[in-house]
Amino acid sequence: MNGPLLFLPLIPLLPFAGFLLNGLFGSRLPKPLVTLIALLAPLGSLAIVVHDAYLYWSGALAVPAIEHSAPAWISAGTLHIDFGFVFDQLSLTMLLIITGVGFLIHIYSVGYMAHEEGYWRYFAYLNLFLFFMTVLVLAGNALLMFVGWEGVGLASYLLIGFYFKRTSAADAGKKAFVVNRIGDFGFLIGIFLLLANFGTLSFSEIATKLAANPGWQGGVLTCIALCLLLGATGKSAQLPLYVWLPDAMEGPTPVSALIHAATMVTAGVYMIARNHALFDRSPLALTVIAIVGTATALLAATIALVQTDIKRVLAYSTVSQLGYMFLGCGVAAYSAAVFHLMTHAFFKALLFLAAGSVIHGLGGEQDLRKMGGLRKKMPITFWTMTAAVFAIAGFFPFAGFFSKDAILYAAFLQGTNGKIFWAVGVFTALLTSFYMFRLWYLAFLGKPRSPELHPHESPWSMLGPLVILAALSVGGGWIGIEKFGGFLSPAVGPMPTKGGSSSLELTLSIAAVALAIVGWLIAHLLYFAKPEKPAQLAASVSGPYKLLLNKYWVDELYGAVIVKPILAVSRFLLEWLVEFAILGGLAWLLAGLAMLSGAILQKWQSGNLRSYAAWLAAGAAALLLFALVPWTSVLANFGIHLNLVHFYGAGR
Amino acid sequence: MNAFNDSILTLILLVPLAGALLIALLPDRGKLPAWLALITALVTFGFTLHLPAHFIVGQPGFQFEVNRPWIESIGISYHVGVDGLSLWLVVLTGLLAPIGVLASWNAIKERRKIFYALFLVQQTAMVGVFISLDLMVYYGFWELSLIPMAILIAMYGRKDGAKAALKFFLFTFIPSAPLLVAILWLYAHTGTFNFAELQPLIASGALPAGALFWVALAFLFAFAVKVPIFPLHGWLADAFSEAPVALAMVIAGKLGLYSMLRFHVGLFPEQTKQIAPLLIALAVIGILYGAFLALVQRDYWRLVSFGAVSHFSLIVLGIYGLTLIGRDGAIYQTLNQGIMEGALFVLLGVLYSRYESSQIATFGGVAAKLPRAAAFFVITSLAMIGLPMLNGFIGEFLILSSTFTGVSKGWAIVATLSVILGASYALWLVQRLFYGPESPLAAEKPVVDLRINEWIALVPLAVLMLVMGIAPNIWLPSIESSMNQPQTKQTASSPHLALPALAQAVASGKEATR
Repeated sequence: MNGPLLFLPLIPLLPFAGFLLNGLFGSRLPKPLVTLIALLAPLGSLAIVVHDAYLYWSGALAVPAIEHSAPAWISAGTLHIDFGFVFDQLSLTMLLIITGVGFLIHIYSVGYMAHEEGYWRYFAYLNLFLFFMTVLVLAGNALLMFVGWEGVGLASYLLIGFYFKRTSAADAGKKAFVVNRIGDFGFLIGIFLLLANFGTLSFSEIATKLAANPGWQGGVLTCIALCLLLGATGKSAQLPLYVWLPDAMEGPTPVSALIHAATMVTAGVYMIARNHALFDRSPLALTVIAIVGTATALLAATIALVQTDIKRVLAYSTVSQLGYMFLGCGVAAYSAAVFHLMTHAFFKALLFLAAGSVIHGLGGEQDLRKMGGLRKKMPITFWTMTAAVFAIAGFFPFAGFFSKDAILYAAFLQGTNGKIFWAVGVFTALLTSFYMFRLWYLAFLGKPRSPELHPHESPWSMLGPLVILAALSVGGGWIGIEKFGGFLSPAVGPMPTKGGSSSLELTLSIAAVALAIVGWLIAHLLYFAKPEKPAQLAASVSGPYKLLLNKYWVDELYGAVIVKPILAVSRFLLEWLVEFAILGGLAWLLAGLAMLSGAILQKWQSGNLRSYAAWLAAGAAALLLFALVPWTSVLANFGIHLNLVHFYGAGR
Repeated sequence: MNAFNDSILTLILLVPLAGALLIALLPDRGKLPAWLALITALVTFGFTLHLPAHFIVGQPGFQFEVNRPWIESIGISYHVGVDGLSLWLVVLTGLLAPIGVLASWNAIKERRKIFYALFLVQQTAMVGVFISLDLMVYYGFWELSLIPMAILIAMYGRKDGAKAALKFFLFTFIPSAPLLVAILWLYAHTGTFNFAELQPLIASGALPAGALFWVALAFLFAFAVKVPIFPLHGWLADAFSEAPVALAMVIAGKLGLYSMLRFHVGLFPEQTKQIAPLLIALAVIGILYGAFLALVQRDYWRLVSFGAVSHFSLIVLGIYGLTLIGRDGAIYQTLNQGIMEGALFVLLGVLYSRYESSQIATFGGVAAKLPRAAAFFVITSLAMIGLPMLNGFIGEFLILSSTFTGVSKGWAIVATLSVILGASYALWLVQRLFYGPESPLAAEKPVVDLRINEWIALVPLAVLMLVMGIAPNIWLPSIESSMNQPQTKQTASSPHLALPALAQAVASGKEATR
């Protein structure tokens, strides 16, 4: 790499050092030292990222900066994979979000986790997460990205299961990992396809090859794109693999903020943006992404309407907002998707941290029905949460307005399908506004519903990050999609603007904000003006209400259609029938045969060779069995053609 | 140095045997046999490290070679040597010996003398299998490796050692008979047992092809049972359940897998090509079959045995894909498997010695009392399910990607499903053993976390898992330098199963690439 030093490897390596120190020695170190190590690691990474950002904006740096002489990782035959990093506008944006928000959440955690057993373990895992997440976004090739991809999954597994003595937490961690593995299966096949068709996994080489061959469209590129998409739906909790994310709320709340809202779950969006040159060549794959995103956004928003656990509401809202980002990718508005990724990181991290502050202040209570009237007791939490609620609901001039608007506008410009996506998108925005204000009213306004709870405001180590994130949730979108898109376009291509006009954009914005206001008003009516109304409403439409409350029974459906049949087939068909009855029976048959022939041989032949002869006979019997079964025709049915002329004679 | 290079393999072979003799001669008093075994194993391990230190990477053929006539009347010679294929397997065998002794330190309480003496004989037998280049000598070591194993399973079985030993014995001895016949047939037609002479003779086509098919099959059958591959794995679950951990960690896998590469693929390239599609099919079936069965096991020994069937099948897929990268991956994964299996058995031994139960349902919440064992268990499980940056991923990726690009997309896709199933059964096991509320068994037993001997056994294995995942290039070049054999070119003649549309799309994409 030419030009100034970027210290890219240090960005992941500092948190890794933090992980090693706290992971190996944390249990024996004094707590302040654990805290110091845990905070210095992300702070150092943040400092390097800021330094690199400064180099970029001062013009001292040619981007994309790609490491060409990185250390090799795997060399076998014609395969060469290195630890090469790539630094461009996209990875810079992601790094700023990850290390910035990550550092804030580390600070917050110091207060939040202060009295937890396993404090050192928590921070070791958190640093490990930052290591893998920065590897993920810096990776210059698909396999190195896969390292980060799986690694963040590991950190997520460990942190969801942090309270491992709780069965639900251990369950949720395992579920997250396994469901993600279904996506990773797709990612791996995508990697194999890239290797088979491009002969390389380097993103820049793949993009170069694509640019050199403008005729490549669809076909195998669609296969690759769809495989990668399967990976993205796992990590980013989209249909049909979103089911792990709500359960992931079993982890400590700062983890939900950092991993399951702001950063890790956006990896799918990042991966699609990183490979946009490939996705651009497959209109089919893009349409699928848009459909998946839109459907997920709507479905998750409807579930969020009726949830009563404050973190679950936020979890479904995360799934829903990630759906918007997918919609953005699906209409090739990658910079709008990344823009929303950024503003979402601010306001969703804030929502979770504020919710954490509430939970902390209520001594662990997460049920919205038991809250109420917290505004007076927790003023700073209340006001910062308010900023986040307005931001996610899409009110002008809060951050979420600009990014969500950019996605919906880009969708609207995409023909008839785009109009449908847009319509579903704005309807979802109405729902979003409703369920967020519902949460806001239930938690902070009205009268306290549980006199036995004694809420108190959180310490400043927790409130500080809230205030900073609140400022970002308000102002984080002011840069506007035009400037942001212009900044990102070298890395992810320009925003589609065909057929658009500023008057159309303005009209659509006004419509979206109007619907958001409607959502607010309904929430106000139901949860503030007439608090007895929701229960009546639920009773009057009990069918749909139950459907939503039970999350469409998707978990139960997956259990009944996938998990149970797999276990049943494994136990009854494979274990009992094949393993015990057929193979076990055969083994004993052969053993019996061997002993029998041994006994027969014994009668007319003596000497120590006899047992050997028995084994020989049995071996011959086994070989005979092998030869008698018409393997070739059995296998031919499966498409395997053995070329064994001498097996049955040359004539056949 | 040269003199040492000439005698190093003999030393590695004979030191354990000498140790066994010494143990047999000295009295069975206290921990004396264990200490002697530990010292012997450490010395041997030290000698094995000489090999990679002086191995010349990129040089084709065997190194540290010794070839002396032994029983001249029937043409048996003492011919030993290592190449990239066997180099690290010898080192691995050396490494696992002291770890096996440490794992047995507290577990073996009686008749230590017999145990450690036979353990060291077993050690010699395994090294002999890896370094022998004379088929008759190789066969001798192959058989020798079965005997101490069977005796020790019978003597130290947990519940019904005799039955498991008999099963192991029958399963592995029966196929040895045709192997011996096949070796003798080769000798009758060529007049030599020497691998280096046989290889060109067979390749030249001088031997009748029809008979060679059966000869190759006899070789393959013996190896396939020893690995074991589906459907010949019937002995494994019982052997895992009954064998002392020090032996369970070496009972399956590497001997058979090595022999496949050296004496089946290596000696019979034509016959290998013919039968490869069948083995690819069996391997992929085995990958899924083992994983599915591991999902529903109630006993952890049985669970890991089916997991092992799945993992070994993946290696067989790499071997019989007959691609260079697949072969690299297969050898690398064989090493990985030895390390991961070693750690896994030490850890299960830790659990069994403390709780005396292998029923998964009786466990739960053990992590609270055994946090360090739990941490090692999690790391080992993650390595086994192929988490990148740990060793299992490298082998898995090399095998699956080479199968996909060079052999068959359909089989590769089906085999890749193991990444989901593997994670499912492994993490479910972790959860049921270590997480959740404490089970009655875990609550009532006063247990201590890892003892010093267990700690010393596990740390090097865990470090290796990490280093082999991050820096596989320490090993891969020397492994690849064994590739001076003509038959392992990239072959594209294998069948395309399943997803014909995808295969077609991929094919058209390939054309577009050109």
